[in-house]
This record gives sequence, structure tokens and C-alpha cells, in this order.
Amino acid sequence: MDVKQIFRKATESAGVSGYEEAIGAQIQEACPWADDIRTDKLGNLIMLKRGQGEGPRPRVMLAAHMDEIGLIITKIEEDGFLRFSTIGGFDQRVLLGQEVVVHGRSPLIGVIGAKPPHVQAPGEQKKAVKLEDLFIDIGYDDEKEANAHVRIGDVVTLRRDSVELQGSFLAGKAFDDRAGVAAILECFKALDSLKHMADVYGVATVQEEVGLRGAITSTFGIVPDVGIAIDVGFGDSPGLQEGETIKLGEGPGIAIGPHVHPKLHKKMVETAEEWNISYSLDPSPHPGGTDAYAIQVTQAGVPTILLSIPLRYMHTPIETLDYEDVKRTGRLMAMFIAGLDNEFVEGLTCF
Amino acid sequence: MLLAQLTEACGAPGQEGEVRDLIRTEIAPYVDEIKTDALGNLIAVKNPNGKGPKVMLAAHMDEVALMITSIEKNGYLRFKPIGGIDPRVLVAKTVVVGAKKIPGVIGSKPIHLQRPEERQRALSIQELQIDIGVKSKEEAEKLVSLGECAYFTTKYEEFGSGKVKAKALDDRVGCSLVIELLKEDFSFPLYAAFTVQEEVGLRGSGVAAYQIEPDIALVLEGTTASDVPGTDEHKHATSVGKGPAITFMDRTVIPNPKLVQELLDLAAEKGIPAQARRATTGGTDGGQIQLTKTGSKVAVIAVPCRYIHSAVSVMSKKDYEAAFLLVKNYLQRLQEREG
Repeated sequence: MDVKQIFRKATESAGVSGYEEAIGAQIQEACPWADDIRTDKLGNLIMLKRGQGEGPRPRVMLAAHMDEIGLIITKIEEDGFLRFSTIGGFDQRVLLGQEVVVHGRSPLIGVIGAKPPHVQAPGEQKKAVKLEDLFIDIGYDDEKEANAHVRIGDVVTLRRDSVELQGSFLAGKAFDDRAGVAAILECFKALDSLKHMADVYGVATVQEEVGLRGAITSTFGIVPDVGIAIDVGFGDSPGLQEGETIKLGEGPGIAIGPHVHPKLHKKMVETAEEWNISYSLDPSPHPGGTDAYAIQVTQAGVPTILLSIPLRYMHTPIETLDYEDVKRTGRLMAMFIAGLDNEFVEGLTCF
Repeated sequence: MLLAQLTEACGAPGQEGEVRDLIRTEIAPYVDEIKTDALGNLIAVKNPNGKGPKVMLAAHMDEVALMITSIEKNGYLRFKPIGGIDPRVLVAKTVVVGAKKIPGVIGSKPIHLQRPEERQRALSIQELQIDIGVKSKEEAEKLVSLGECAYFTTKYEEFGSGKVKAKALDDRVGCSLVIELLKEDFSFPLYAAFTVQEEVGLRGSGVAAYQIEPDIALVLEGTTASDVPGTDEHKHATSVGKGPAITFMDRTVIPNPKLVQELLDLAAEKGIPAQARRATTGGTDGGQIQLTKTGSKVAVIAVPCRYIHSAVSVMSKKDYEAAFLLVKNYLQRLQEREG
């Protein structure tokens, strides 16, 4: 089973924050490497791979969110065009001229438009089109026709098949953070041929983009000894400073900062060095923004680390990554897990 | 389907080869002569020695595109628009580049690292580049040459109530109409000119008309429809679903008023939906054709398309069919009258 194919298919499917049921089912269906898979009340998909030997076994949680940013219909205009708002953080400038899927009574093709340049006032073309001036054209001629297919509150995803660029680069939508989910699957697959003591909970979390919500409940249900969040990090790309990015093709960023347990950081770096897996150091001064933060402050606290897969053009429908980095992230986690024992885990509360 | 194939083919101004080859193959069985000229126009004729007026049907093969103008050290491709493109429609699109159709993406800075005021400003061409996934200029140069063009990758699909979305409907919709009209039988000399370089200044059509010397020229176009929210009704120019638009005047041509009236009357008589184009902006091949040699009577008949000159434009199949019927009926009437 090729995880890359699972990943590409997952990115082409829909799963806006709060509406992850179908994408969760798709990942569950595609994952043959878990001993047990269940879903919790918020919709988090929890895949368990048991460790070897008598207990107590260390519990490791891997978390990557499966939700993607999207749009939500707020009004149906008289002439059949749809107005919308966003779910999660969009730069509205990437929306003009995109194709979308409106998840109405059945999925509908739509096109995001705005009034054409030649009817705009002079100077308007220098300004970005505002979100409230954009609309979705679903090809129906009036409100009545549109109403038969769409309701206010229907969600919308961008419509984009993933594209293979040169080498092992891929571009598409929802790589944030189904790339992280793919890394978990790569890890599970690698663990099949490794000895590991720890029970590993791979969690495809929900509602990260609207406030790390799935990680809050799933971590509470699992209570891991070690939490590893896998998300995407800003890849090197035009217009960004070197210090705010990690390079594509050079492995995951291993975060260091307040939300990273220092001993986990040290062990992760040592593991990468030992197994010759390339990585970047990723200084991360602000604790928010990823599932790592939600995991860290659960119950009496969880030692946490964050791995970041370098990704260009984040939160656009052409997010770009090097799939080799996904594989490296999976392998690094597998080697890290294979090296865990109770003694190390007990040491994590000793400062 | 013909229009699907035509819109998915790539043809920047001056690089219309793929479209030309497709059309040549398609029309060959239906025409008596077929040739290309020094600029690359594809000119075909049915009944060169037939009785009656010499009629020219014209549609341009080229589409707006992005020309690669430099390659950065780190392998990103820089480009300039060839034809009129609002840079705002380019952000976060997929493209294919050059003869090898190398896939690429037009990236932009992630929202997380922008200052809020940045999002109020349109990105300029200078801030955009194509990422094909290589790490160096040397790697990129093996795949792409300067002067090659990048194209949107939109698939032709039908949606909504009889609508079509595709790239390059301006003017593959015209090419498709002319091809289908060539498949009909007429007895007068019927010329078809599939012209080049319309988008950069109507360059092919005058040259084609010089060789054809038509009495009557019908230019078949895809024209802008601004019937969308935020546009006052008097600025709609054309409306999707209300039939082909007949031009009274644009920046380049005042079509022959009698011909225009005849087309509108014929549409009414036959119950074919049609509309007047309610704008005088824009230019068409008609502007060049009417002025060639001693001139010719010109009319412009256009299928209304929303969001032209972007990755994805939208038209109505009904309008396409009505445009076809209107021109076919006109040609039949011409044959009855003057043949």
C-alpha cells in the first residue's frame, strides 16, 4: 500500500473543519497498519498500534489534523450567485478565479468570481478584491433554481487535483495537514518492521484550523506519556526571510521552544543523527497555532514535541511540498518510538 | 467533444500550433482547400468557385497566456502576461509551461506571515513566479526555455443549468462555431479564417482578409458578460443565457448597421434568442477585416462568457447553440437571396 497515493486521494477529498466525517472514514478505510481504529465524539480518528511485551507500556500519541480550511454559504442572491464567509484563515486574494465544490444537496461545481476589471473604477485594480465582493457562480439562473440545490450554511471546499511537479514535489490543496496524517501512516507502516515497546496512538484530529479543538478532546481520552504533533511549517519560498522558513527537501523541522519538552527535543535530534535522517532545527518562540499546544496543556500536562513538514504557499489551493519530507518525518518518528522505554518516559517529569 | 478539446489545447499569441493542428484535422474532410499563411493563420474554403457573395467566417485561435521572461537562480520562473490579464486572477493557480507542458504553480506568501494591510493590496506580476519544483536555474533550463508560455490547466466541464466552465472560451468558442458551420452545406464561396495574435492587437485577421477579400465577414467571438453581483445592470454588456450578442460598436469597428439589423430580425423571426451587446469597449478582428483592401461588411456575433481572460470562464450551452443557429440561418438566407 502506497501512502503517497492515500495522501493524494485524501487531499482531493473534502473535510472542512467540523465536517471531517467522510475524510476520517476514507483514512480509516485506507489504513491497514493499525490494530484498532475508533472515532471519538468530536470525530477524531484514533488509530492504535500496540507495542510489544508486557505492560505497562509507554503511550505515545501522534497528532495531525485532517481538517482543511474552507468556505461557508451565507446568502443566496436573487440571480443565483452565492455569497460566502470563510472557515479558517484564508488570504482572500487566493480565492479569485478558483474552482470550488459547494457541498449542497449533492456536490456542485462552482467558480469564484468578482466584477470584471473593465467595470471597475480606476485604481481599483491595484487593490485586492474584498471577501464581501466575491461570489460563487454555480451556473444556476436565479435564486429559485439555486435554492433547490444549496442552503445557507452549506460548506465549500476548493477544487484541486494534486499535481506532480519535478522530482518528488507535489502541489495541491489541504496538504495542511493531511501531509501530517500521511506522515503518521508512513510511521505506522515503518513500525511494522520494527520492534517497539510503546503503544502508539495515531490521531487524525478535527477542527484544528478553528482552534485546536480535536486535539483537546483526543488527548484527554488517550492521556499519552509523549505527544508528537505533526503539522506543516513555512517552506522556503519567494518573499519570505530565511529565518522564518525551513527548506523543502531537507527533512522535517524539529521545533524548539516553550511547547517542546527539552528532553524530547534532544532525543529526536539524536535519533535523526543516529539514523542519518535529514532535519532542520526550527526555533518556535510562540506556542500557539498547532495541536502541540493543545496536547501540552491537557490534564496534568503532556511532554510534547512538534515536527513540521516544510510547505510552500500555506493555506492556498497550491500548497507545495517534497513528498520525501513526509517519508522522512514518518521514518524519524518510527525510529524515535522504537527507541522509547519506560525509563525515558519516567525521566520526562524530572527537571 | 470538440469545444472541450479546443479549450484544453494551448495557444498563446504567436504559438497557436497545437490549436491549429487540431482544427486542421477537424475541418479537412469538409473543405475544398486549406492553407496556412506567413503569420500562421489557418485559411480554408468551401466552394471557391461557387456563385454568390464571398463570405468569411473568422475566429481567433490564440488565448491570453504568460510568457517566461527569466529564470531565477533558485529555479523559479518569472513571466509577463501576453494579452490582457489582471494579475489578481493568477494567484494560487496551476499552470503548464512550454512545449513539454511542465506542471507548475503560481505561489504567494502564506497568510500567517502577512501584515493585515498587505491583504488589501493586489499582488503585482513582479511579486509572482511559477514554481515547477526544481532547485536551480540549471535544472529549470533543461525543461523550459525563455519565450515559452505558461497556460492555465482548467478542464472543460458542464455544470449548473446548461453552463460550461473552461479556459480560453475567448475564442475557442468562436473556433468551434466556425468548424461546425463548415460542416454544413452552402453553395456560395465560404471562407474560414482561424486567425493568430488577436489578443496582442488583431494582427492575424487583416492579413487573412487581404488574401480572402470577403464581401461579408462574420466574426465569431467569446465576449465579456458582466452580469454578476456588484455590476450595475447597464454595465452588464452581455448576459449569459440570453443568446448570442450582436455588436453595434466596439473600440475597433462599427459593424454594418443593415447586417446587424438583419441578424437581429432573423433571430426574432426564427425564435432564436439573441441580444445586443450593450457596451462599446473591447476590440475584435472585425476592426482589421473591415479595413482591409477596399473594405468589407462586418458583423460580430459573440457568445457571452463570464470571467474571460482568467483561468476559468463560464458560458451557456444554449447561447452556443443559438449562435450556431443564427449564423447558419443567416448563411442559408444569403444563399436563397443571392446564390
